[in-house]
Amino acid sequence: MSATAENYRGYNFAYLDEQTKRMIRRAILKAIAIPGYQVPFASREMPMPYGWGTGGVQVTAAILGPDDILKVIDQGADDTTNAVSIRQFFEKTAGVQTTTETGKATIIQTRHRIPEATLQDHQVLVYQVPIPEPLRFLEPRETETRTMHALAEYGLMHVKLYEDIAQHGHIAKTYDYPVLVAERYVMAPSPIPKFDNPKMHQSGALQLFGAGREKRIYAIPPHTEVVSLDFEDHPFEPTKFTEPCALCGALDSYLDEVITDDKGGRMFVCSDTHHCESRRAEGHVGALGTPITPVTEAAE
Amino acid sequence: MNDPLLVVEGLAKSYGGRMGCADVSFTLEPGEVLAIVGESGSGKTTLLNLISGQLPPDQGRVAYRMRDGALRNILDLTEAERRFLARTDWGFVHQDARNGLRMGVSAGGNIGERLMGIGDRHYGKIRDVALNWLDRVEIDPARIDDKPGQFSGGMRQRLQIARNLVTNPRLVFMDEPTGGLDVSVQARLLDLIRGLVAELGLAVVLVTHDLAVARLLSHRILVMKGGYVIEAGLTDRVLDDPQEAYTQLLVSSVLAA
Repeated sequence: MSATAENYRGYNFAYLDEQTKRMIRRAILKAIAIPGYQVPFASREMPMPYGWGTGGVQVTAAILGPDDILKVIDQGADDTTNAVSIRQFFEKTAGVQTTTETGKATIIQTRHRIPEATLQDHQVLVYQVPIPEPLRFLEPRETETRTMHALAEYGLMHVKLYEDIAQHGHIAKTYDYPVLVAERYVMAPSPIPKFDNPKMHQSGALQLFGAGREKRIYAIPPHTEVVSLDFEDHPFEPTKFTEPCALCGALDSYLDEVITDDKGGRMFVCSDTHHCESRRAEGHVGALGTPITPVTEAAE
Repeated sequence: MNDPLLVVEGLAKSYGGRMGCADVSFTLEPGEVLAIVGESGSGKTTLLNLISGQLPPDQGRVAYRMRDGALRNILDLTEAERRFLARTDWGFVHQDARNGLRMGVSAGGNIGERLMGIGDRHYGKIRDVALNWLDRVEIDPARIDDKPGQFSGGMRQRLQIARNLVTNPRLVFMDEPTGGLDVSVQARLLDLIRGLVAELGLAVVLVTHDLAVARLLSHRILVMKGGYVIEAGLTDRVLDDPQEAYTQLLVSSVLAA
């Protein structure tokens, strides 16, 4: 335990008490046993508001060990408010080592993105989920959606996709794009861009989803089939970008639009900050970027 | 007459102390239209909900001949089987189209829902079927992407019928399908229903308080009063030569049925 954790002696390791962690671990085990199934759990009040990742934080707290190395990202970035707060929370309450390097981390808690680097078997990806029920806006009754999951009645999900094509000529959903897990449960992948959907398929890492306000945990075990729903004549297509990242020149990463002035100036840069930084450190330079001298562990 | 589609025996349901319906028995042949008539509160809707599996009866049995020819008690089916039956082999036309349609979904989506529910995954084909059905129920196919909220009452009712018939069901339950429509729209709708029933060989259980609707559409009639079936027979016989005092009253209270 580090010096900071010593100062938080009134708290148990990783904030939650052991009985609570046990309860959450049970839910996680059940979730892994039934891929894509939403397991109810007794979500706790956390010292942060709902919507800030209370579900993800509880899952992370339950699986965190003293030897784990934690990375927290928000929209792909390690330096945004949500990511910084949660990282500091676990630095203080668990005293674990944290990192911004995707490859070094054993647990990655994320909001809205999957890192660009391919995740490995020893890693766990924890998603923060606002609305776990993929059918929620189609069918408001919880009793009915549970029955629909139980009987695998997923025609309604396709009605939604049908409506998109009828209205827009293509499937307009670009984030939280519904997937079928292990040929059984339709699952909401949390609001990640559909660009990231293919990364969930046969991923080496265990993927855990925690929804704090809705009190649900679900999971995709490693090497599981995850298929994005579509029509035969309107197949699923991940978002494609026409221009490369302005800073590192990457063509294969998800880009954020950054407004640079009030005269319409803008640039597109990698949303995964670690991916962008490591590429620049390797010497890749985009149209608006400047070469940088390699920096290691700048954040620490 | 050896292979009835639906066999109802000794059906009874009470709501606490109040009786919904009691001792109802009848059979329905394939392609037959049966009207259940009676005043409000006579147990018509209770009976319809019982035989369509939406309400568990206190006593009795409802057996349905599945597509494989076996007669099965619908109460013995698993929920999955019953729901599958209800969205493939059966149809249910509600009095208020709002209950039978998804109001937030376009006409095409409403018609396509059952197809997608049984695993159709080809957008173009689903759309073709929807266009074809809109045409068959006399809705301008150009309105395929409009929501039911933009439709008139009569159009909504026709859309509801199309949505139910798209999977070629063999049995359709109708609860006052012409209720709340004005007379000329009613006439068109009845004409359409009669045409489709004859063309597709549908068996229909039709609940109505309107004897004119019963006469136009049905082959046989059950007259209900206070939860009991008090008279049953061929439509023309019951309406032209009613035996029970209550039926006589009912028939005589209609203006030129």
